[in-house]
Amino acid sequence: MSQAARVPRPVPSRLNRAPGAKAAKPLVFVAAALPFAWLLWGAIADTLGPNPAEALIRGTGDWTLRLLCLTLAVTPLRQLTGWHVLARWRRMLGLFTFFYGALHFLSFAWLDMGLDLDAILRDIAKRPFILVGSLALLLMLPLAATSFNRAIKTLGAARWQALHRAVYAVALLALLHFFWMRAGKNDFGEWSVYALIVALLLGWRLWRRVAATGKR
Amino acid sequence: MHFFKDHGFIDPHSSQIAPRAAYESRRDWLRQVALAAAGTTLGSFATRQAHAQAAPAGVALPGVRSTVAGALTMEKTTPRTDATSYNNFYEFGTDKSDPARHAGALKTRPWSVVVEGEVKNPRRFDLDQLMKLGAMEERVYRLRCVEGWSMVIPWVGWSLSNLIKAVEPTGNARFVQFVTLADPAQMPGLRSSVLDWPYVEALRMDEAMHPLTLLAFGMYGEVLPRQNGAPLRLVVPWKYGFKSGKSLVKIRFVEKQPRTSWEVANDSEYGFYSNVNPNVDHPRWSQATERRIGEGGLLTRKRATLMFNGYEPQVGQLYAGMDLKKYF
Repeated sequence: MSQAARVPRPVPSRLNRAPGAKAAKPLVFVAAALPFAWLLWGAIADTLGPNPAEALIRGTGDWTLRLLCLTLAVTPLRQLTGWHVLARWRRMLGLFTFFYGALHFLSFAWLDMGLDLDAILRDIAKRPFILVGSLALLLMLPLAATSFNRAIKTLGAARWQALHRAVYAVALLALLHFFWMRAGKNDFGEWSVYALIVALLLGWRLWRRVAATGKR
Repeated sequence: MHFFKDHGFIDPHSSQIAPRAAYESRRDWLRQVALAAAGTTLGSFATRQAHAQAAPAGVALPGVRSTVAGALTMEKTTPRTDATSYNNFYEFGTDKSDPARHAGALKTRPWSVVVEGEVKNPRRFDLDQLMKLGAMEERVYRLRCVEGWSMVIPWVGWSLSNLIKAVEPTGNARFVQFVTLADPAQMPGLRSSVLDWPYVEALRMDEAMHPLTLLAFGMYGEVLPRQNGAPLRLVVPWKYGFKSGKSLVKIRFVEKQPRTSWEVANDSEYGFYSNVNPNVDHPRWSQATERRIGEGGLLTRKRATLMFNGYEPQVGQLYAGMDLKKYF
């Protein structure tokens, strides 16, 4: 969520003017909401397997990470393809990331901890991976709270952009959270896929920046 | 909104008085009622889901109700579909659904178990020979996993002490080690380096001789499903589940305390004893509570974990005077 200010106003490309461009946004919204609908349906119809609480906690966690990767992929994809219409999806995908992250925490706090604040705090203190996950969610809070146009005006583009760079820290914390969770079983196969994706997406930005500095 | 899974109509010993097909169809029926209540038109899809989860009928293995103290808990047994689809058996993969998915090809006949070490009669038992060593008993045990979930399972088998007496341990035998199958051709999970294979576990001699320590050949009145440790496994109900090795191939009597697989992997988190103890937390999570699989619905609170998994009256004296925080 960083380059909104630096990148010049989207040039009206063919894709921006394409009649499908406007229709695509609601489609993306529906696609991003589908996992939630699926999990909700599973909870109601009892099709989440023998341990539905665990399935919900893990499912919402998985989808937070997936939406985060998609959000971070918007800018590199736009830069690579010149499809500026993609920028219209970024805020929505970012908000969905926060939505799934909040659901993830809520299902942990409710289903695992019975909404017992004392137990939640003790668990956060006991388990570093939960502390790290909670930090990631806390860091997303100001980003979600300043995701509307007025906030950009009020904060000023530069400050808004600086604030929203926190998403990079969120990505690293989320990866650490998932790594620690899997460390108990020495099972890093799935984790390394997410780590590679995040490394590519952040590496791309770093590379662009270094290249831009070199030109100056 | 029906967040509550209702198993309230199933009485505690349905597994013993009703054929499996009957009580499983009750579960299907409950699913369908829940669906109807949710006012959905997708009932056929969910019914298919429910049927897909019903296991094929197994081979009957009856047992007489055990008379060993503590061997028949009155608690409601876990639905068989849950106990056979939610398993830790890393030789088939680390996901809970992997064993049910990948264990189907495991060849459980012919099967033999080697008994060796500090015994007067070391020998190789053929499975059928071994099964005749004791009278099959049904025992309903609580099972508590170190991960914080639990089940109640009706096992079929006999006290390991039957076997121990038959092979006559020497005076040097102070521990019993259990070696489980590690065949890469049948077990895809062996490709990952989660643990040192083969998986080994061990008990102190007095623990192994305790009448509650069970050598199990069946569950729910049938021979063990492969994902649950066929054709024979250990069940030590007062210890975390990983102490109960599955698909045993060797039982070795030794003088020195052996290192177990989980100790080798991480001895600061998994001790030799690994007795269920709500007062000694795992370094990374609390052991004070547990989620009973198949009990209630999503919002059902977790249960308090009991000392020695509720078997303190039977086994507490084995650990008299021991510092259980040190010997965790």
